[in-house]
Order: sequence, then structure tokens, then C-alpha cells
Amino acid sequence: MKKLNGIRLKHRKNTEDFKTVQLPLPKKVIFPMSMHMGAPCTPLVKVGDVVKVGDKIGDCENAFSVPIHSSVSGTVAAVSDYINAMGNKCKCVEIETDGLQTLSESINPPVITDKLSFINAVRESGVCGLGGAGFPTHIKLNPKNEIDTLIINAAECEPYITSDYREMIENTDDVLNGIEFLRNMLGIKQIKIAVEANKPQAIKNFQELTKNDSTVSIVELPSIYPQGAEKVIIYNSTKRIVEEGTIPADIGVIVINVSTVAFIYRYIQTGMPFITRRVTVDGNAVKNPKNVFIPVGTPIVEVLNFCNAEIDNLKVVLTGGPMMGMCVHDINMPILKTTNALLAFNRYDDKKTSACIRCGRCAAVCPFNLIPAEIEKAYKTRDIEDLKSLKVNLCMNCGSCTYVCPANRKLAETNQLAKTILPRN
Amino acid sequence: MNKLIVSPSPHDENYINTSNIMLHVCIALLPAFIAGCIFFGPRAALVTAVCVISAVISEYLCRRLMKRDNTIGDLSAVVTGVILAFNLPVTVPLWIAVLGSFVAIAIVKQLFGGLGQNFANPALTARIVLMVSFPSAMSKWVLPFQWKENADAVTCATPLVLRGMSADELSELGQDIPAYLDLFLGKTGGCLGETSALALLIGGIYLIARKIINPAAPVTFIGTLALLSLISGNDSIYEILAGGVFLGAFFMATDYATTPITTKGKIVFGIGCGIITFIIRHFASLPEGVSFAILLMNILTPYIERYTRPDVFGAREVKNEK
Repeated sequence: MKKLNGIRLKHRKNTEDFKTVQLPLPKKVIFPMSMHMGAPCTPLVKVGDVVKVGDKIGDCENAFSVPIHSSVSGTVAAVSDYINAMGNKCKCVEIETDGLQTLSESINPPVITDKLSFINAVRESGVCGLGGAGFPTHIKLNPKNEIDTLIINAAECEPYITSDYREMIENTDDVLNGIEFLRNMLGIKQIKIAVEANKPQAIKNFQELTKNDSTVSIVELPSIYPQGAEKVIIYNSTKRIVEEGTIPADIGVIVINVSTVAFIYRYIQTGMPFITRRVTVDGNAVKNPKNVFIPVGTPIVEVLNFCNAEIDNLKVVLTGGPMMGMCVHDINMPILKTTNALLAFNRYDDKKTSACIRCGRCAAVCPFNLIPAEIEKAYKTRDIEDLKSLKVNLCMNCGSCTYVCPANRKLAETNQLAKTILPRN
Repeated sequence: MNKLIVSPSPHDENYINTSNIMLHVCIALLPAFIAGCIFFGPRAALVTAVCVISAVISEYLCRRLMKRDNTIGDLSAVVTGVILAFNLPVTVPLWIAVLGSFVAIAIVKQLFGGLGQNFANPALTARIVLMVSFPSAMSKWVLPFQWKENADAVTCATPLVLRGMSADELSELGQDIPAYLDLFLGKTGGCLGETSALALLIGGIYLIARKIINPAAPVTFIGTLALLSLISGNDSIYEILAGGVFLGAFFMATDYATTPITTKGKIVFGIGCGIITFIIRHFASLPEGVSFAILLMNILTPYIERYTRPDVFGAREVKNEK
């Protein structure tokens, strides 16, 4: 079996032994109506409305979307425009908290009788892929094709982030019960829990707890970034290749994040929608790195203050990991459903870009065998035909090429730019 | 509060850069430099210094004239200077060395766009230019350790010339065909940095261990040459130890700018170098063919690259060749 390329990164899992703590209730929370992949929600509340914890405040008729619930009780202070980190506009709902955290009457365990009611319940829970991409989980769990393999993505291959790991350690039973539930609901034959080798404790726990279950196996992934990328984890767990233009379900596979699975189980038990998530807070500007339970919508600044970050000294704030995470331009922006980590740094190395020396490191590390140096040249001359034959459309933006480039060329970024000039078909 | 910086991912830091790659190459060239100084005396150091200094000055002046960024800090000109010096006989007049550096940096490298853009290896092309322009000065070889004897330099023949000579010719010249050990250590006549296979091998292994170069090209180059030599009934150990094979294989057939990017391409490149070197050495009127072999393969590099693109993971249709 051919090994996919990748890079060795410093793991920097500083917070792996830190038990998750609860963030004090923020005064104000902000809910952008688009935290997931798919159609944005329409606000269901207006200024002055009183909302309780778990009340639905946004939804969309489009099936490819997930509703949004309030993580606090309080009063709607504003329904306004919001610009997200990608620069896209959507509506957002701001709620001033009353501090009481009154629970909504709507919180009841869902009634699940068959697959359809299960899929509907998953949608109603408001959950989307918690690994960072935010793909609506109910869509993923309801493919047209028959599924024989469920891969639990517990790779957590990015440096710093330990939020999935803490889920595995603190809520091992939820993960395993969630897996069992999914197996029964979807009629899946084999389940693979894929964990990167840098999490030996999680691997050991899972191995012990599943040793009597022949349908579940633990895959120990090598500590080579990016193991958590969907196509990479599928190939390394099942040797199956997700071909261009197809989705994992076409080859009988569903990949689902480990924290998402555990959440689904808890939702089935309690009916509490997705309103709180675990976030790893770290980075050199954070004096007390922590894993924190944070109500979705909490402004980033509150989280940074809670972890004693040097607010006056911040240079770069990232949501997500250092390889694929996104820069935040304003620390009053909220924690989203997909924010698995919040990293704050007090320095930024603006290294000068120099000429490509054609060392080939970018090509040597690309998991998909792309040649970023060639793509860059083709993009410069707008050579669409060459870009197509170089398959830039398959780039997943893992950032490995930029990371290894001795000339500090922003190759991953160029790949994304090159994609935009390809004709759509 | 300061404004936050927004930049595209990734944001993790990696401390590799062009100048430290070039520094590693300089370190890898040190053993051969020391060997050159031992065998050919202090003038080896002088020639190397002249080449390096004139290469760096040429680079600086070119960039200045073209109103481009100053790039002498990336140390690539230093590497070119050292490799050029290694390709010269120790007796070479210094002005020829300076001219060589100028050809390498100004014409072969900067006129084509500078670092990474040149299609032919600068040091090697300069060597060929000098060889063609000044054939006698460029083939005035001296015996190792002769510098210690304070006598007038006596010219000698290189191992590749010696092996073509009859016993009578050899006795007339007063030289023997060198033993393997002398060839391996570098105790023979030749360019000041190319004779010691051992020193060059140490440097090459250092670069491979540091992951600066890929072993594919050197291994296939030397392997192909040895194999062809063996098949044709020649002495394959002599074949690879004599002449500039090790210098070419480890330091010129691995040049980033002028050799293919992909491993498959590097293998094709190495095999091509081996075949052409063998053909020139045995069927052409030149005793040595490493330089021309590498130069010819440099020219083929874009084509090799186009036809050795690796299969993209999960790609559907066949690559459309251009």
C-alpha cells in the first residue's frame, strides 16, 4: 500500500492533561446565522424577545442547513448584519444574558422510532461537523448509497488542539454509546476509530472497552500531518480512495468526528441541543492554556480574558489549529459551533518571500502528490489547461507545502486562488 | 490594542530557509575543499577564494544593475563559486577563474532570471565555457603533493587519460595507472575539488542525511555508469572513481534549479547522466564526459518533468499531456 506524504509537526498538545473547565456566563452572546456549511439560517426572533436556553433562534427551510439554538437565557438585543472570518455577510442575533440560564420547555429527549426520525432529530439538535468544517451531520448520516464502514475521526492532527482528545478521555462512554447508536440506526457493519499515535491513552482506553466487540476496531494513525483530512483518514483506515468528484459515501464510508458522535448520544438522552462546546485555548499569548466549555456565541475576548491572555499584546488570533485555522480580525467575534481551538499569539514572523529554488519540498510533502511549485507557475501565467492537468482542484488546503517552503512562498494560498480561475462545470 | 494580523493559513512556523540550505551545501563541500588543499596545496584555497569572491561580486553587481533585490545573502553565489573552483585545475590563472565566475553568475544565472530560474547549472556551464575557450590552461594538471617539493610544476595526465594509454606511453610519461585507493582518496591529478571521491561522498551523505538532497539522482547516475562499464567489460570501479563523477553526481546532478523536482524525474535524470557520461568517455574524443552529460540532461529537465508528473491521489481522468 502506497503511503501518503505528509509532514511531521511539533504536537504542542500542551493542554492534553487539562480537564475541561466551564467558562463563566458571558454578558452578551452573538449568533451568526451561518456557522455551518450550507444555507444560512433566518433569525426566528426579533429585538426585545425573551429567549431561554435551548430555544431555537434561527432555522432554514433548506434541508442542507442546521438550526441554531440560544446558549443562554436573556433578551434579544439586536438582529444585525455580521461579517464572518471568510468575509461573507450573514445576519446575526445578539442576546443579552439575564444570568438565570432558564431552560427552554422545548428541551425533551427526541422520540426516535426509525432512521428518518433519527435523521430529523440530528438536524433538530443543531449539530454540524465539530472538527472544523461544519458539514451538516444529518446530511452526512443519510446518504443515498449503502454504507458499510463508519470511521470515527479522532485523529486531531493539528498542533495544540486537544478538545477531541479531552472528549475521548472525559466522555469515553458517550463516544462508545454514540457509536453503538449509529451502528444500529444505520446498519453499519464495521466501525473504525482512527486515532493518531500521539494519543496513546485514548487508543488504550478504546482498545480495552471495545475488545469484545468485533465490529469496532481501533486504527492507530501515524503522527504525520494531515491524518485527520477526510480522504487521508479513509485511505489510511480502509485503503479505499475517494476519487475526484465523488464523496466518501460513494465507496460506502462515512467519516464523523469523535466529538460529534458523543454529542449525538447525549442529545438522544437529554434533548439538549448543541449550544456548548469544548474549545482548546492556547498559544504563546495565553498565560493559562485551558480546555474550556464555552457557550456558542461567546465573544472571543471573554475566553481570552478567562485564560489570562495578553490582550494588549495580541498579534494573531486563530480559530482552529495553526495549519488550517483562520485568522480572526476582531476579538469581539464569537466562538462558533465549529471552533475547536482558539489560539492567540503575541508575535507574527513576517518572513520575506524569496524566489522559488525548485527544491521540490512542496511536491514531496503533498499528501495528494500535487506539485505546488508547478501550480504556482501555471497560475502566474493563467494557464488553465495546465492547472487542470496539475489537478489543483483536488488541493485540500492542508498547508503542508507552504509550511515546508524554504522561500516562504504562500503555495497553499496560491492553490486556492488557482481554483477560483478554473472554469466551473 | 494593536490591530490583529490576518494572513492565510498555515500559521505554524518552520525555520527552514534558502540560506540555511545553501549553508548546508557549503558545509558539505568542506571535506572536498580540505582534500583539495592537502593534495594541491594552498593555491587550491586561493583559487576557491577567488571564485567565491568574484561570484558574490558578480551576483551583487548584476542585481544592482537590474535594480532587483540584493540576493547575496542567500549564499547561492557562494555555492556556485565553490563548485566552479572545484571544477578548475589548481594551476588555472586567476583571471580565468574570475571570468568563469562571471560567466556562471551573470550569464548563466542572472540573465535567465536569477536563483531557481536558470536552466543550466551555472558552475558547470562556466567550466565548459572555460574548457572550450582556454583548452591548455584548463587541462594543465599537476601531481598531488607536488606543491611541497618547491620544484617547477610538472604537468601530468588525469586518470581517465592514463587508462587509455599503452604501457610504453605510460613509461614515457613516468606515471602509473593509479590504484583504487589513491583514486578513492583523491591522490591523483585532476580538478582541485573533484579528485577525492571519499571527501565528496562524505559531503553527499551529509546532504542526504540533512534531507537537503534526494539520493535518487546520484545513486542512479553512479549506478548506471558502473553498470554500463561492467557490461562493456571495462573496470567499473575505476570508471566511477576517476574523473568528476562524484562531484557531478552529488553536487551538480542534485542542483535544485536545473534538475527535475519529482523523485521519478530525478531517477530518469540520473540514469540519463550515467548513459551520456559513459558514451562520451568511451565513444567520443573527450576523456571526460560528466560535465556535458549533466548539461545535456539539464536541457532535458523540463521534458522529463512533464512526463514524470506523479499520479495525483484520487484523480479521475488521465493527465492530458501537452
